[in-house]
Amino acid sequence: MDRRRVEEAVMKGLMKAATLLIVGVLGLIMLTIFVRGIRAMSWSMLTQTPKGGFYLGREGGILNAIVGSFYVAGGATGLAFAAAVPVVLYLNVFCRRGSRTAAAIRFLLDVLWGVPSIVFGAFGFLLMLAVGLRASLLGGIFTVSLFVLPILCRAMDEVVRMIPSDLLESSYALGATRLQTAVRVVLRQASAGILTAVLIAFGRGIGDAASVLFTAGYSDQIPQSLTRPAATLPLAIFFQLGTPFPQVQDRAYAAALILTILVLATSLLSRWLGRRLTRHSIP
Amino acid sequence: MGLSNRTKRSLLYDRAAAGLMGVMTRFSGLIVVVIAAGLFWKSVPILKNQSLFSLLFSSEWYPLRGQFGFLPFIMGSLWVTGTAMILAVPPCLLTAIYLAEYAPRGIREGVRPLIDLLAGIPSVIYGVWGVLVVVPWVKRAAGWFGYSTSGYCVLSAGIVLAVMIFPVIIHMTVEIVRAVPQEIREASLSLGATQWQTIKKVVLRKAFGGVLAAIVLGLSRAFGETMAVLMVAGNAVRSPAGFLDPAYPLPALIANNYGEMMSIPLYDSAMMLACLILLGVVLVFNILAKLVLIRIQKEIQ
Repeated sequence: MDRRRVEEAVMKGLMKAATLLIVGVLGLIMLTIFVRGIRAMSWSMLTQTPKGGFYLGREGGILNAIVGSFYVAGGATGLAFAAAVPVVLYLNVFCRRGSRTAAAIRFLLDVLWGVPSIVFGAFGFLLMLAVGLRASLLGGIFTVSLFVLPILCRAMDEVVRMIPSDLLESSYALGATRLQTAVRVVLRQASAGILTAVLIAFGRGIGDAASVLFTAGYSDQIPQSLTRPAATLPLAIFFQLGTPFPQVQDRAYAAALILTILVLATSLLSRWLGRRLTRHSIP
Repeated sequence: MGLSNRTKRSLLYDRAAAGLMGVMTRFSGLIVVVIAAGLFWKSVPILKNQSLFSLLFSSEWYPLRGQFGFLPFIMGSLWVTGTAMILAVPPCLLTAIYLAEYAPRGIREGVRPLIDLLAGIPSVIYGVWGVLVVVPWVKRAAGWFGYSTSGYCVLSAGIVLAVMIFPVIIHMTVEIVRAVPQEIREASLSLGATQWQTIKKVVLRKAFGGVLAAIVLGLSRAFGETMAVLMVAGNAVRSPAGFLDPAYPLPALIANNYGEMMSIPLYDSAMMLACLILLGVVLVFNILAKLVLIRIQKEIQ
């Protein structure tokens, strides 16, 4: 064998080793979370709110955080969706092809996507102080909606962009205005893809801790109104892991398993929907 | 004009919608500017009180005495991010090249979605793994070499961050490498080059800018990451002197203290400045990487 073949074989071996290493490490993480989580999981974790002495290891569960997370992530995704639909339709229907404004907005949204969530959290808290709002469900929803807005906009934009321009032109030819085309043709054609984007945004929103740290607060009760603080799963994990009691730390592992399953399920569902979408596309 | 009332109404709605949606779109693009302006506005009190130079390069962190030197936190961020990059870049590049160039279809289509799926796992989960596995392991491994550490240190944070940015770097690098046109590979192979020579001398040269952009995006993700780092870095207000020292990166500082120490004068302004520094660094990295990627996209089209 000449030198180049040896080099090729060595590099190929290294690459395979690196791939194995990375897949192995990621697998190890999932294994750790599942094994430790299942050991600590119980029915009452899912169905009860914390009782007295919960943080010393007594009875109760984390239903408050599960429901709180759904409220915060669901509310935030809804709010961001309401803001993202006009943006995406404007970029794709009202802006001309190759429009500089559209390119600039897409660029700025991408930049916003890269902003660390702790910065969103601090900025959200800043706005809440300015309007006199305390840490609450509403504050959390608002801040997380800022965080998921660029994700939702760009994910929806990618789908809507794929719609062939012939479809829009047929609609115009029938005398429809841009608004009618946007609502009745574009939104309908992209509906499955839009649902995928919404699920992606929800999965991001439910898992993020830094943006709700200052803004949503924490509470042992399930929030009854928008102005009450709400517990969230990531913070439940973080706080319980920070206690010195092994029983409470075990609950953090159970909470971590619940959160992981929720995020993975959301992600798999969005993938499955995404595949269905391509099956129905126009050739 | 013989337009019916209905048509006139439709056109009116259309124009109104165009105006309203245009305003909303422009506003959503400006959010990032508004955030930067808000943070800057809140940082003004501390910038007036202390020079920017002493804020950035002083290690005197005594909030009660009104001394805010960010150097320990900046150094903490640099150490942790640097460690993560050293650990993440080589295996990520090797994996990405393998997946893009060598891997049989079956492996590629199995591994890539798996890695993408893991990109969505929340950072607090990586933090739990760090506390459960990485911290005890680093403590034990350090013991073998005769060092003592609590395990909550730069190295642990670097390992956790490196694992977190695996999916980011791999996903982008695979896309970039696969976007290199097939013809230039064939040209090289037909001249008698081996596959690795082709990758090294042709494909990677062509993809260099994009791969660099992918690494920079991973870097900026690591720099701004909060929860996982907060859980494993040790959080001691001191510039780390080695991989086994505890570090206190900027995001951890903000997460631990903002919103609580409001009674100390200038403290909230100092936290806002910390956010502004974080945002500034991440924005610069992101914008540079994006500009490179946009140029590449244009080249391909």
